[in-house]
Amino acid sequence: MPPAAGSVSSVRMVSTMGAIGIACGILIVLTFQLTLPRITANKIAALEKAIFEVVPGAEKKVTFKLDDGRLAVLEGEDEDAVKYYACYSGDNQLVGVAMEASGQGFADIIKVLYGYSPGKEAVVGIKVLESKETPGLGDKIEKDPNFIANFDSLDVRLDSGGDGIVNPITLVKPGKKTDMWQIEAITGATISSRAITNILSASTAVTVPVITQNLQALEEGAN
Amino acid sequence: MADNKATTAKKPPPTMDVFLKGLWKENPVFVMLLGMCPVLAVTNSVTNAIAMGLASTFVLFMSSTIVSLVRSFIPKQVRIASFILIIATFVTVVEYLIQAISIDLHKALGAFISLIVVNCMILGRSEAFASKNNVGKSMLDALGMGFGFTIACFSLGLVREVLGAGTIAGFQVLPDSFEPWSVMVLPGGAFFVLGGWLLLFNWLDERKKAKAL
Repeated sequence: MPPAAGSVSSVRMVSTMGAIGIACGILIVLTFQLTLPRITANKIAALEKAIFEVVPGAEKKVTFKLDDGRLAVLEGEDEDAVKYYACYSGDNQLVGVAMEASGQGFADIIKVLYGYSPGKEAVVGIKVLESKETPGLGDKIEKDPNFIANFDSLDVRLDSGGDGIVNPITLVKPGKKTDMWQIEAITGATISSRAITNILSASTAVTVPVITQNLQALEEGAN
Repeated sequence: MADNKATTAKKPPPTMDVFLKGLWKENPVFVMLLGMCPVLAVTNSVTNAIAMGLASTFVLFMSSTIVSLVRSFIPKQVRIASFILIIATFVTVVEYLIQAISIDLHKALGAFISLIVVNCMILGRSEAFASKNNVGKSMLDALGMGFGFTIACFSLGLVREVLGAGTIAGFQVLPDSFEPWSVMVLPGGAFFVLGGWLLLFNWLDERKKAKAL
């Protein structure tokens, strides 16, 4: 390239960059606006699908909102509300409650949805909603059938006082699971496995007492 | 470079050669060794590899077209910055589009979509080809390079997924008794497989040259 000192004024350079920047900005905003309805619909559909996946036997759901320790049916939309998705069978029996939880993973925040069954007093299903865990290793928390089997019935019974879990969820080495409140880690993905354990144990410590205290409201939610 | 000679000749019409050279003779991955970062990072499964290849092709095609259209307005001093701005815009666009098409696909590609910005193949083609050639040729070149890139990603993804997980695009192809080579889905495996493919391509090339003599 020949030295171009003075051959092009800096005003020209700045205005070219500015013009390109403005055009690019408009293009991005347009795409964002055009795709937003589809993306929102996709996200809602993905969440609905996940809710029915983590609570076996669920056929319909009612969204509850946590307000000052009490659960009330959420009318309309509320972005900021802490939501509990109560799931009912075909004959309006409460089969479980799905909740979102998140925490630090190996790479970035992991966001999960899990189902709790008041009847079994156990976590009955989990689905990773968002994660950036290492492909091939950490992302096994989403795919490994043995790991997912940990959450078919993960014991989270409350103690007699009703404000704490009797047996905290703990992580054990692969093949060492002896109790229903233990999670068997994935070989090569210990940190991601531990992240899921921490997310669940922190979240259930809060949500299970809330669900127990509001069980009546939840049971009547489908009527 | 071949590109410069083409421009000094008296404007030949865009031919299939411009398209085909990206697939084989100037394949961005196997011959020019461009865009290694996504090639090594996301090719741990066939689905990811193809999605990454197509997303990169889209960005390459759109940015080459735009760069070629505005090439005479951009002062030389700010050309790289302008190209990157255009590329980054289309990467953002493709990220929204993928989310609108499928949240699952977006989840699978994760952080790597944004990393298309720094794929040097795209900036390389903008600088070496689109900024010196007309729109038609640039579009053909971008498509050829994009598909060449996709094929290369696919070749790596195929070997890595079969050996590393015993599956192709999620379907089991090897018997259960096969112990997956975990290293293949890790970054190290990417280097092994890339090395293997390069060896094969260079050997084919050598043999062709030997025959020509």
